[in-house]
Amino acid sequence: MSFLLACPNCGVREVSDFGYGGEISSRPGAGADFRQLNAYNYFRRNVAGVQREWWFHRSGCRAWFIAERDTRTNRVMFTALPKDVPPGGDSGPAEGPEPKRLAVS
Amino acid sequence: MSRLPEHPGERIDRQKVIRFSFDGKTVEGFEGDTVGSALYAAGRRTFSRSFKYHRRRGLMCCSGQCPNCIVAVDGAPGARACTEPLREGMRVEHLNARPGLEFDAMRATDLVGGPFTPPGFYYKTFIRPRRLWPLYEKVLRHAAGLGRLPRQQPERMWRTEYRRRHADVLVVGGGVAGLEAARAASRLGADVVLAEEGPELGGRRLVDEAGEGIAALAQDLRAGGVEVLTRASALGYFDGIVPVWQGDTLHQVRARRHVFATGGIEQPLLFAGNDLPGVMLSDGARRLASLYSVKPGSRAVVVTTSDRGLHAALALHEVGVEIAAVADLRQLSGAPAQDLGERGIRVLPRHTVVEARGGKAVAQAVLAPVGGEEADERPLDCDLLVVSGGSAPATSLLLQAGARTAYDAARGGFALSELPDGVQAAGEVAGAGEPDSVAPSGELAGLEAAHAVGLGDERSGARVPELREALAVARAGRPAVAVPPPASGARRGKCFACLCEDVTSKDIAYSVKEGYDSIELCKRYTTVTMGPCQGRMCQLPSIALMAQETSQSLADVGTTTARPPWRSVPMGVLAGRPIDPAKRSAIHGRHRDLGANVKWAGDWRRPYDYGDPQAEALAVHHGAGLIDVSTLGKLLVRGAEAGAFLDRVYPNRFSDLRPRRIRYGVVSSDAGRILDDGTICRLDQETFYVTTTSSGAGAIEEWFSWWLADSDLEVRLTDLTQGVGAVNLAGPRAREIISAVTDVDCSNEAFPYLDARQGRLAGVRCLILRIGFVGEVGYEIHFPAAYGEHVWDALLEAGRPYGIRPFGLEPQRILRLQKLHVLVGQDTDSESTPFGAAMPWIVKLDKDGDFIGRSALEHYARETPATSLVGFTMSDGHVPSEGAVVVDERGTPAGQVTSSRYSPVLGRVIGMAWVPSALARDGVSITISDEGQKLTAELRTRPFYDPDGEVLRS
Repeated sequence: MSFLLACPNCGVREVSDFGYGGEISSRPGAGADFRQLNAYNYFRRNVAGVQREWWFHRSGCRAWFIAERDTRTNRVMFTALPKDVPPGGDSGPAEGPEPKRLAVS
Repeated sequence: MSRLPEHPGERIDRQKVIRFSFDGKTVEGFEGDTVGSALYAAGRRTFSRSFKYHRRRGLMCCSGQCPNCIVAVDGAPGARACTEPLREGMRVEHLNARPGLEFDAMRATDLVGGPFTPPGFYYKTFIRPRRLWPLYEKVLRHAAGLGRLPRQQPERMWRTEYRRRHADVLVVGGGVAGLEAARAASRLGADVVLAEEGPELGGRRLVDEAGEGIAALAQDLRAGGVEVLTRASALGYFDGIVPVWQGDTLHQVRARRHVFATGGIEQPLLFAGNDLPGVMLSDGARRLASLYSVKPGSRAVVVTTSDRGLHAALALHEVGVEIAAVADLRQLSGAPAQDLGERGIRVLPRHTVVEARGGKAVAQAVLAPVGGEEADERPLDCDLLVVSGGSAPATSLLLQAGARTAYDAARGGFALSELPDGVQAAGEVAGAGEPDSVAPSGELAGLEAAHAVGLGDERSGARVPELREALAVARAGRPAVAVPPPASGARRGKCFACLCEDVTSKDIAYSVKEGYDSIELCKRYTTVTMGPCQGRMCQLPSIALMAQETSQSLADVGTTTARPPWRSVPMGVLAGRPIDPAKRSAIHGRHRDLGANVKWAGDWRRPYDYGDPQAEALAVHHGAGLIDVSTLGKLLVRGAEAGAFLDRVYPNRFSDLRPRRIRYGVVSSDAGRILDDGTICRLDQETFYVTTTSSGAGAIEEWFSWWLADSDLEVRLTDLTQGVGAVNLAGPRAREIISAVTDVDCSNEAFPYLDARQGRLAGVRCLILRIGFVGEVGYEIHFPAAYGEHVWDALLEAGRPYGIRPFGLEPQRILRLQKLHVLVGQDTDSESTPFGAAMPWIVKLDKDGDFIGRSALEHYARETPATSLVGFTMSDGHVPSEGAVVVDERGTPAGQVTSSRYSPVLGRVIGMAWVPSALARDGVSITISDEGQKLTAELRTRPFYDPDGEVLRS
């Protein structure tokens, strides 16, 4: 695997500069049952196609950001900090770019 | 010595004699020589023995393409003598011949073999009886292979650096086409890298015109900012990355456009004895003469399918080689034939060579009309047989990039037919190898590459159609070539299609008869094209033979897949050098001076002990001990909502922690599993100082920042791990010692357990945490890392009257085990929950709001875990292995030992183990199965040492 990713802070770098944080998934809310928890913790959609996913600029600014990438071709549609991610996306979660947010009391 | 008189183009410096050894004997050459040219000049003709038949093989291509001169240099096998530069004192040895290169016992396989050694013979022969296979294998292993790696390598001979290079254009090949391409692209402003695998730029121009004009062109390029790499082999094409191996460096070149100007590979001809030393490709013979001033022979026969051989005959005649005859496979020879005639050299049209005769080297050549086996004249005496079977475009890298080739019947080879996006081809590989087309082809490719990356102007745009036109004209005027028959004279003797693996024309026929009738199957069965030359010499001949045997056209047979690496490369180059440097604390020098037993702990080099772990542990109990804990992860969490954030990433509560107080915390995953642990100190209302385990430092910073990344919490995270050092001072005399060097009031009343203070210690601003995981009164002192040695020295000095000792990780393991402190990663694994790990108190389900792992932990809180972590003592002195199995009454595994140590202060063996939760009570007896031994242990749920923490708080 080899492609370039554009860190929203630092610019274009080799993918080996980055850590992969996995596809974006929705975090079940309070009172989730075991089935929901297991699906969230252990199961991945693993799509062959376009998905939104987390990346970490491990050898750089150490910021987390979101990329939309075609897993078949490694073509990267965009990268953005979570606050700048456009809504929608082919396989992205319907509710937008902040699906795992912890409730703030 | 067979050196020619000095001439201007030679690359050797006759004033500088270089001595080296070949098979133990001293040989002399000149600076600028290759190992091959020096040995050839000294009269050596046999350079290697072949893979299977152990036939003599000599220089053939003189350009690092063929396998004939592979030798070991200073013990490392795999070097090509013909391109290996000569160095004073180098030790060169032949590879697979025993007892020696001149007499090789395995030659018997050639004399007897043939009918007895068809392809796959050893699979068929040595399979029965099966029980003898180990014996066969031993013998075969001994006989096979090319060279031996030294068994002992005290240290790696070299280390390869990886270098990433991003460029607009990568040009592979430093011949005229590549140089012109690089120049054209760089003139338009492109950032260009050019990689040439040879030692010198110039490509075929080096042979044709001794590199005329190349130096000026190269100078031009370098002045224009092109990065020119020589002795730099492009190994393959991977997703747009081209690894270029250059000595100690592996350049990972990622370019937006690629220009492959990889040239063509002169092809041999197949005839009986075509592998004899003295049979040489025309370029090889010319290289010896023109670059190294070595006379390749005294009397030569030249056989050619194109003007290339005629030029070679002229050039060799020029330097004094007698040309016995030139056989031209074409009906009509090209223009140079006239020049040969004028010099009285006979040119035989429609003739080829059917046999080379000779013992140690070629002595006679038998010529015959093309298509026949019968000679129409007497064999010609010669010591050099120059062959030129045409040129095969070096398309391998292009094919890896996605290009396609098609059979070109007129030229007798596979020519490029389709190029993928982002890739250009120039020069001979693109069918533009003639003097009038090679430069325009390079320039065109360079311009197109630059245009494709958005550079260029009107003028450069207008230049493109001009160049295309020039190329079309040149193409139409290309001199004719003959397509040679697949093999001539096969009845007279072995015709080698593949020199690397000793595959003959008959072997290919045999393979077809056995049913391996496609080129891909034949390749796998006979291993043709799979040797060190990677098909350079054998791909086209093997396809032609396959076509003949199966009565197909070459187009129908098709080509085999070209795979990386394009050039043989030591595994060590690909393995690269370790890029995770060892981490050492700022105090490491002191540990070394104290004679610490330093070991790896993750990426860190840490003292395991200072010679006597038991005594060090006792020193902590009786006086004081000092341990370097700089490796702990240290995070600063700041912001108005820092407390709320910690409440959400830890299962316990931190928002209610008072400033200058400390609380233990366990980080759990969203699945409720333990990830890490550490202490959290609130410095002020908005600032928390968080420590993590040494190995978890990086991961926890990533984990916290991931949860912050899409949150609106007003929190900033700063990793202080590298900048802040820390030591832990512990023991009954610790208070007296620290008080001697700090202005902080360390009395128990002023500075109680789990409090934190900031103040000066030995003059350095420190954060002092009163925590102790080793069981005695303890102070964890954090300071700017640069002051590490100073703080360390001051504490040891102050502690000297109290018997202070530095202690390492091993005594620390003993001390914390006495307190039953869980060591995350040692006593827990990825399935452990805080409930199983006997820390239910850490989970505050009565907290408001969500936190990581809450849902999962709510479930786990309601059920009893299958196993629980608990302490044990042994009834005897046996220390069970960590990982030993806890078994139930039926002997079934039911848990495991995670820690075990002899405790010198308790005088017995203690440990921690996961046991069925139903058993996890004080006094229960369990059985541990340790490598077949059954041991008895008694469980204990409370700390062994100071169970109520009275010492700790005193």
